Amino acid sequence: MPERYRNKIITPSKVITLSIVMLVMLGLVILLSLILGTADISFKDVLNILTGGMPQDDPVRLIIFRIRLPRILLAGLVGFALSLGGVVFQAILRNPLADPFVLGVSSGSAFGAVIAIVLGFGFTFGIPLMSFAGALFTICLVMMIGARNIGVESSTILLTGVIINAFFTAIIMFFISVSADDRLHTMLFWLYGDLSQSRYTQLFIIAPFILSAAVILYGFSKDLNIITTGEENAAQLGVEVSLVKKVSLIIVSLIMGLVVAFSGLIGFVGLIVPHLTRMAFHSDHRLLIPVASIGGSIFLIAADTLARTIMSPSELPVGVITAFLGAPFFIILLKKRGSRWTRS
Amino acid sequence: MDEIIRLKNIGYRYKDRWVLKGIDLELKAGETLGILGPNGSGKSTLLKIMDGVLKPMEGEIAIRNKSFHSLKRPAFAKEVAMVSQENTFRFSFTALEVVLMGRFPHLKRMQFEGHDDVEIAINSLKATEALEFAGRSIHDLSEGEKQRVFIARALAQEPKIILLDEPTSFLDLKFKRDIFRLISSLCREKGISVALVSHDIDLVSQYCQRLIMLKQGSIYAEGFPGKVITASNVEDVYGCPVLVDSHPLSGRPRVNIV
Repeated sequence: MPERYRNKIITPSKVITLSIVMLVMLGLVILLSLILGTADISFKDVLNILTGGMPQDDPVRLIIFRIRLPRILLAGLVGFALSLGGVVFQAILRNPLADPFVLGVSSGSAFGAVIAIVLGFGFTFGIPLMSFAGALFTICLVMMIGARNIGVESSTILLTGVIINAFFTAIIMFFISVSADDRLHTMLFWLYGDLSQSRYTQLFIIAPFILSAAVILYGFSKDLNIITTGEENAAQLGVEVSLVKKVSLIIVSLIMGLVVAFSGLIGFVGLIVPHLTRMAFHSDHRLLIPVASIGGSIFLIAADTLARTIMSPSELPVGVITAFLGAPFFIILLKKRGSRWTRS
Repeated sequence: MDEIIRLKNIGYRYKDRWVLKGIDLELKAGETLGILGPNGSGKSTLLKIMDGVLKPMEGEIAIRNKSFHSLKRPAFAKEVAMVSQENTFRFSFTALEVVLMGRFPHLKRMQFEGHDDVEIAINSLKATEALEFAGRSIHDLSEGEKQRVFIARALAQEPKIILLDEPTSFLDLKFKRDIFRLISSLCREKGISVALVSHDIDLVSQYCQRLIMLKQGSIYAEGFPGKVITASNVEDVYGCPVLVDSHPLSGRPRVNIV
């Protein structure tokens, strides 16, 4: 008898199978993105290079390894982190519209980075550290202002995000306007989300953080499932609510800080991808965390490839693409919300 | 010796207003305790204290002679389950998945629900006659159906005590009766102790063995229904004149508004 029902619940084999399918898709998208670009490179060339069949100093090889691959990998990691952050925010704030960008956490983080640049901090440690501090500060602010009414009125928290966004963007624009520094001028591009400055050193810095964050947060996936049904409820079912909230929000601020420091403000990934994953598969975080995160990688790599090819040879900031897709999506969700999410 | 939970001189305040003061209470094995009282008399707060979600400012609580302070949240959830009024599902889960959430305190961090857990969940759904909608989304269930699922979730926790906060407030007459029958059969057959808060004085009178009546955060009356539900008690506590007669079949007291 229970076997019949076992098919209907989340099992480890389901999670693993679906994650492998997503990883295969990720591989295909990476391959496709290596081929597409301003310079004409064929599928055969790419295969040849990846299997080591081309000389070291071949210009095509250089384009693939020095330019396209690091950029694709950075996009993958950033997309992964943004989507993971979205999933965690949505669970803890119990609001499907929460995403690091919408809540103002990204701009808080960018504010931290700008202060670091103005103070002349280093790119490897100083800026990411300040960016992390900015993210953590904003999350605390959001929780303090908006979180009291969670579950009752989710628009409070979105309004909080709008206000925080406006405030930090104003400060950032102020610094850009008054500064004669060249670095700040390149920042305008960065503010809209830019992956073109990617280097392998950045990848080596952020990859271990993002992947271990995913592992730790995965350990909380059952807790997050229950927290989405209400904090008091979760406490009654044995979840250490305040511990789970604190640890996961700190971890998410850390990876948001890193991501913003290296790629700027890329919006809506954490909104679109988790939502599509929930619609296509399930709301259970044991499935949602791996599948939505890998989905975030796929989405951002595709968006960035679009950004650098759509108006080739000139490039768009990838944030323009994600915002272009994300803003209408957000409005659709907001309209739908009344019928589904505010049930009480 | 057979008391499961014991509260001694409990006091709780929000800011400087005492909501509960000097509460002495015990719950025996397999007993159904009804908690009555007007709005704001501290009923729900008392329930949350018994569930360990709120920490009292004064007094001692022990579950099976273990002090509350020595129990962590998951250990607590194996002893006490709560069917609360706060149940907002932002994301879609099926009834079966909601019931499986009751297995949380029994599972390790990375552990998935196994064969046994599914069996326990199925049996809990059977006990509350909710198995037929096991596969449906919680969003698509009526209030009565949802309440059965939440009681099934509480059963899946395999607790010694189940606390219910207004379990019948959104239900129609038939479902009200069904839920109360279910609760009293759980006590009889599984030896689970139940404490419930309700505004339905007549139903509580029918189905609970013992009652307490709260007034402004203190126990005003305590005992079997015939002793607690009297015209003078109800009038004093609720501030509303009533006539109390006997139920024609059970002989339990029945409140009539005049």
